[in-house]
Amino acid sequence: MNSPTSSDPGAPPGSIATNDHEAAVIIDNLSVRYRLPNINTNSLKEFAIKAVTGQIKYDYLWALKDVSLTIRKGEILGLIGHNGAGKSTLLKVVARVLKPTEGRARVHGHVAPLLGIGAAFHIELTGRENVFLNGSLLGFSRKDMEEKFERIVDFAELWDYIDQPLRIYSSGMRARLGFAVATDAQPDILIVDEVLAVGDEAFRSKCEDRMRAFRDAGATIILVTHSMETILGICHRAAWIHQGRVRMMGETKEVVNSYIEERREHRSKQNPRLRA
Amino acid sequence: MTMIDGAVEYDAMDSSPASSVYDTDLLKPNFLREIGEAYRYRYLIWQLISRNIKIRYKRSFLGIAWSMLNPLGTMIVMVIVFSTLFGRGVNYPVYLLTGLLAWSFFSEASTMIINSMIWGSSLLQRIYLPRTAFALSAVGTGLVNLLLAIIPLLIIMLFTGAPIRPAVLFTLIPMLLLLMFTLGVGLALSIGAMYFADISEMFKVVLRAWMYLTPIIYPESLLASNGYGWVLRFNPMYYLIRVFREPFETGTLPSWDVFLPALLIAVFTLVLGWLVFTWYSDEFTHLV
Repeated sequence: MNSPTSSDPGAPPGSIATNDHEAAVIIDNLSVRYRLPNINTNSLKEFAIKAVTGQIKYDYLWALKDVSLTIRKGEILGLIGHNGAGKSTLLKVVARVLKPTEGRARVHGHVAPLLGIGAAFHIELTGRENVFLNGSLLGFSRKDMEEKFERIVDFAELWDYIDQPLRIYSSGMRARLGFAVATDAQPDILIVDEVLAVGDEAFRSKCEDRMRAFRDAGATIILVTHSMETILGICHRAAWIHQGRVRMMGETKEVVNSYIEERREHRSKQNPRLRA
Repeated sequence: MTMIDGAVEYDAMDSSPASSVYDTDLLKPNFLREIGEAYRYRYLIWQLISRNIKIRYKRSFLGIAWSMLNPLGTMIVMVIVFSTLFGRGVNYPVYLLTGLLAWSFFSEASTMIINSMIWGSSLLQRIYLPRTAFALSAVGTGLVNLLLAIIPLLIIMLFTGAPIRPAVLFTLIPMLLLLMFTLGVGLALSIGAMYFADISEMFKVVLRAWMYLTPIIYPESLLASNGYGWVLRFNPMYYLIRVFREPFETGTLPSWDVFLPALLIAVFTLVLGWLVFTWYSDEFTHLV
């Protein structure tokens, strides 16, 4: 129950809570293990044989290992790292999708994950029906959705098509609707995993405006992108995830520079001609 | 101090989705938490049910009427084929249709649970949802279809002169028992199917054999007269179908020696399926 801050003489009782309240996400020694499909025993017959002969083995992959980090309230944190480094896994833990295999995750506030926008869209249903279905997937009640509906369609600019089946929508229109449903309410924490590469230019800037508005209203944003420009442009801090561990976390510029440096070295090692 | 704060905020979380504090150390055990989460997401379950029903009939002219015409059509064909064989001394159309309705609820809904988890696990890997949402909406969809199919059953009863007694209302309870049993079987099997894709194919074969071992088309006495009466005692669907069928067929309530086994089977299967499912359900998201 003790924390470093409780030694602070000026701290009010229960200061650990105050301290926690300044953090949006606290990750302690978190590890996540995936189970890989076992190609050798995908059929029941083989499984039965192997179970009897005691040959059952599973292949595991530690996507995250001993990760500890704190994301402050109201900050924009950029996550960088190679593909498969564990960035998305970390986002999924924050979004409650994945439960940690070991360790602890604490998330303070309403999370709007842009991980699965439009994930459950069904092409035979109308835009209106899809809005309600997707809203319910995000955990909203009917009352919530009735109240949100007009704003959502306004934002997506899809009034002309809202009672048409989704199969006649273009992919850009679907993306607009999905984004509008997922971001209608001001979230405490917004998770963005490079989804904004969809839609036309005008709508993309509208999405960015909305994210900026969330930020100005105090939302915490966790951003995964391969664009170092975006990271440098808007993030307060950055975390570099490498092979399931936090390799470096801190001031954006420093982290990005180290990351770029490492990439260059890595590349020149693979291709010696670049060194010359 | 912190614990208390956390607990208070965790309670507050129940009123609005995914808000306030989420702490992986304070989570209740899965089997318990899942009940609360499924209730919290009840609107989603309702939305999935209505989506299932809408999609099924979206492009067809007769729409939802198929829920009623489908069993009716099957029954007419089967009555014509089998009534000369089995139809002596009983109201064969009512006997057959009640059996078919209960059976097809079980076979369709349990298959749907398995398939919906195959589809749903890709969704579970992207957004947080109660893991049982798909299974619950599958049995819910089955129940809506079953309730709709009661209408043609009542019409058949009127036509064939079978008395419609108040006992018919009692069948809501057997329907609930059927639902519980189906949910339990489907939940357990969908965990199996996650590990071995073969299970869902194998289940289709099992279902077929199981159907012919259950007195649906033929009368119960047929098995007994051939010395296979004992088979019935080990067939859970036999009890479940009988408690559903009797109020329609005879206008009386089922006796305790049939109702009690049916009740126990339903409760036991649901509890077991729920425990197995929630025990392994995190694996759906941990599979690559």
